[in-house]
Amino acid sequence: MVNPQMVMYEEEFNQIQAVVDRLVREANAKVVFIVDKNGQLIAASGEVENIDTTSLASLTAGNIAATGGIAKLLRENEFATQFHEGERANIHIQLVGNRVILVVIFDSKSSLGLVRLRVRKASDELNRIFEALLSKVQEPGGDSPFAEITDEDIDNLFND
Amino acid sequence: MSFINYMAREINCKIVYYGPGLCGKTTNLQYIYERTNPDAKGKMISLATETERTLFFDFLPLSLGEIRGFKTRFHLYTVPGQVFYDASRKLILKGVDGVIFVADSQMERLEANQESVENLRTNLAEQGYSLEKIPYVIQYNKRDLPNVVSVEELRSLLNPMTVPDFEANARSGTGVFDTLKAVSKLVLNELKRGG
Repeated sequence: MVNPQMVMYEEEFNQIQAVVDRLVREANAKVVFIVDKNGQLIAASGEVENIDTTSLASLTAGNIAATGGIAKLLRENEFATQFHEGERANIHIQLVGNRVILVVIFDSKSSLGLVRLRVRKASDELNRIFEALLSKVQEPGGDSPFAEITDEDIDNLFND
Repeated sequence: MSFINYMAREINCKIVYYGPGLCGKTTNLQYIYERTNPDAKGKMISLATETERTLFFDFLPLSLGEIRGFKTRFHLYTVPGQVFYDASRKLILKGVDGVIFVADSQMERLEANQESVENLRTNLAEQGYSLEKIPYVIQYNKRDLPNVVSVEELRSLLNPMTVPDFEANARSGTGVFDTLKAVSKLVLNELKRGG
């Protein structure tokens, strides 16, 4: 397996959620979310009720993947930051530790300068949390909760 | 690479539909989207050209139900089939948990199928995966058309490893869910083994 299994535990989730919640406040953002590079949503905060976060997560990951592909062609390591400016909403996308993507959506109540500043601080914190999470996942003895599932369990999923 | 979230009690897996241009990958997803209960699916996204050819990917999130208290969620992706979009195809294979190869059963697409399987093998290898090890199923699509190659011949050319394979007509839906179920089972079995 190239990448270790992505696993999220309660302890790290709470730490990540706290960083994301604080970033919404400190950056005056509308929405902040974190996605892994494969497009799975990890955490979200802010005005998420009216947003399709699953689709956003997948498209953001696609965007980062495409930009990473361009970087490779230009012999760059990564383009770690992207910014898209709209008429009402703006989106700031930051690759954190080459592993997860931090997305901030904001409007005229904030500014790019403030968002960049706060994102930099949050990235450092997130990087530390994900590194700790990764080493925890790689520890031996962490049995998969699915080792116990039976063929019947799997069959039952498809019976409806 | 599946994502196990103990906090949300969810397992997320990524399935990719691969195959030559116009073989019916997007049609598979469209049929699944149309026939799935609204509670169990998210929005289907298609990044396509003006002529409805897939440019980057199609995406459909599906919930299958619970296993041992964990919600199982599958993210279905298609790749762009046209040969010159190879850079995009490689990106979509990142983090894949299971692959469905959709073959076009028509006589004139035989070579395109073989090239596409080879391309799949190469692109998986670049990501450090191998076709022999990853959950993998094959669908022989467009069986309703008149000029099709026999399943035996397709099998001998495209399925030397004898992975599960299915006849299908994605437009009418025949075989679509059977194919998806087969790869989902393989992916969950892989999880069970701790993959």
